[in-house]
Amino acid sequence: MGKSMEKSSKKITGAEILIRCLHEEQVEFVFGYPGGAVLHIYDAIFHQDKFKHILVRHEQAALHAADAYSRSTGKVGVALVTSGPGATNAVTGIATAYMDSIPMVIISGQVPTYAIGEDAFQECDTVGITRPCVKHNFLVKDVKDIAATMKKAFYVASSGRPGPVLVDIPKDITADLCQFDYPETVQMRSYNPVTKGHLGQIKKALKLLSEAKRPMVYSGGGVVLGDAAEHLIKLIQALGLPITSTLMGLGGFPASDKKFLGMLGMHGTYEANMAMQECDVLLAVGARFDDRVIGNTVDFLSKPRTIIHIDIDPASISKRVKIDVPIVGDVKSVLADMNELIATEKPQQNTAALNAWFEQIQTWRAKECMNFAQSNEFIKPQYVIQKLHEVTKGEAFVTSDVGQHQMWAAQYYKFDQPRRWINSGGLGTMGVGLPYAMGVQFAHPNAQVACVTGEGSIQMNIQELSTCAQYHLPIKVIMLNNRYLGMVRQWQEFFYENRYSESYMDSLPNFVKLAEAYGHVGMQITKPGDVEAALKEAFAMKSRFVFMDFITDQKENVFPMIQNGKGLSEMILAEDL
Amino acid sequence: MATQSARHIISLLMENESGALSRVAGLFSARGYNIESLTVAATEDQTLSRMTIVTTGSEAVIEQIIKQLNKLVDVVKVLDLNDGKFIERELMLVKVKATSAFREEMKRMCDIFRGRIIDVADGSFTIELTGSGNKLDAFIESLDKAAILETVRTGASGIGRGDRILKV
Repeated sequence: MGKSMEKSSKKITGAEILIRCLHEEQVEFVFGYPGGAVLHIYDAIFHQDKFKHILVRHEQAALHAADAYSRSTGKVGVALVTSGPGATNAVTGIATAYMDSIPMVIISGQVPTYAIGEDAFQECDTVGITRPCVKHNFLVKDVKDIAATMKKAFYVASSGRPGPVLVDIPKDITADLCQFDYPETVQMRSYNPVTKGHLGQIKKALKLLSEAKRPMVYSGGGVVLGDAAEHLIKLIQALGLPITSTLMGLGGFPASDKKFLGMLGMHGTYEANMAMQECDVLLAVGARFDDRVIGNTVDFLSKPRTIIHIDIDPASISKRVKIDVPIVGDVKSVLADMNELIATEKPQQNTAALNAWFEQIQTWRAKECMNFAQSNEFIKPQYVIQKLHEVTKGEAFVTSDVGQHQMWAAQYYKFDQPRRWINSGGLGTMGVGLPYAMGVQFAHPNAQVACVTGEGSIQMNIQELSTCAQYHLPIKVIMLNNRYLGMVRQWQEFFYENRYSESYMDSLPNFVKLAEAYGHVGMQITKPGDVEAALKEAFAMKSRFVFMDFITDQKENVFPMIQNGKGLSEMILAEDL
Repeated sequence: MATQSARHIISLLMENESGALSRVAGLFSARGYNIESLTVAATEDQTLSRMTIVTTGSEAVIEQIIKQLNKLVDVVKVLDLNDGKFIERELMLVKVKATSAFREEMKRMCDIFRGRIIDVADGSFTIELTGSGNKLDAFIESLDKAAILETVRTGASGIGRGDRILKV
């Protein structure tokens, strides 16, 4: 497959050509929602069975599901929406994927070419609206261009720093006739992403790392997206370096390994943040020094250290922090080169200094910053995640929404493998959790999929309970219900003298009955003593969708915490309060 | 990474496709970069557009602008003209009052700046002037404000000196 395509002289419709392109790209699932401008395409879908179309209940969910399909498999996610509101509903999903560099191809219907610009029914400037939140987009104006455009779309989406690519196709183009001829290769004079890192720079980096007294590695989403976990583990073991990870990088290095200091950043561990601040040589791998990770740059730069940065995107280098040794390239290829160098050159390390550095790290670790006060009265949200980890043996795919529950899931579910932790890091989109779980479950039908959410987030895409019923998805929703928009409330407690402005969730539905109304299993858990048994019971129902409503401690906060705009060394720990 | 802000002229070649200009303009507004002027037209190769962008920013900001421009999928090549020797030209058309008493004076000013009068009417001249942005500014400043009826400027176009060539 992939090459040889039958170059028949038979003319077929643009819609059929589009479907054939998806077949050539070995697409397994298309997540979408039909509408006027894509009717020809849906008719062509009716006549094929090589990929499965998944009918969601809102276009935003189609985008998130396709996004999570990609995050959990590494393949390109595909979504299909109609013109106008179909496309605008998709925008949040596109922007979410863009911020986290997820390879996706989005096909949007458009009004017929002759109607463009006439404010036609369900017309909007989709290419214009999505331009700032796609890696690239196309408006196809001729049926002859569909195949080449689709080939480019898949290539651009999945190469270099990945990202979503949108292809907007007017309705008349999908009815026009043309021969199908899928190009075997793509040539774009304007787009040639670098993959191989500069060997001289890699040598320099290795020398710095091995001579360092206080080395530190900071790995990000690029390690996961670039399938580089194996090479990263090899590097860390060979040089014996301490390592931390961003929210997006979790699972890129096993959390159960002693070298791992936990997540860093705004809600990172004390030891990870202190080691970031105090190290003398820092290796950043597929990470981008964003505000939630290093806080304010002035505080971060007040400590002298040499920074090595491996990233596929040259624009990520020296964006917020000046980099001493930049290495532009595919993370996997660069780490492989580095490991090869280590094997051949066997660099001398400063063992005494390294031991002293680990002793220092141990004193920070001894603070045990992730401890929380257990309660017999209220369910502690952290405890639910700990139990979830135990019950699923740390092997589940965990999706989350955005807020406190997201941080607790990141902190207490110890991810040992990449592509298991699926969340919206960059855009921070509430409502992704359930459609993310759908995308993951379609990709991995036999895996345990847990959606950790809150009662605020889940209601942003609650309609997808219907999709889950239609396709019999055995997802387990772990809802940490504190009757507050928890993260907003936490900030209001700390920075607005407890003025809880609009952060209380009133008039919540009866979630158990709601789940049952869709034909799912609903459970409500109110006592700490029931948490473990309930989780076991839920995960034992292997073929059922189970909605678990955990009534949790209302006033629990996420610690440690660095206030917005402060530096890494200015953490608030639970014990300080 | 704050350093002194300086004026830079960035030249770029991009695919001559609809929407290409808005990708560049959108990048500048989305990331809060300055645009002093932006000119664009197709090159001798009709599939390529050549753009000249005049912007100001610190070294770090200019570095980011260049990187972000390179990241646009339609952009083929980017060159910061300020990295070497270059020539900058801008065209301005100025309509000025040219009533009996001022007609000679206007003609003389135009000659001094090596402009050309390209339209003559009863009460006005239209002057065409080419040069660096500074020269055009100087001409405007040397005129009596009350005499200026209308001005239109193209924004700067730039090209490298000698064998500094931006080509595919």
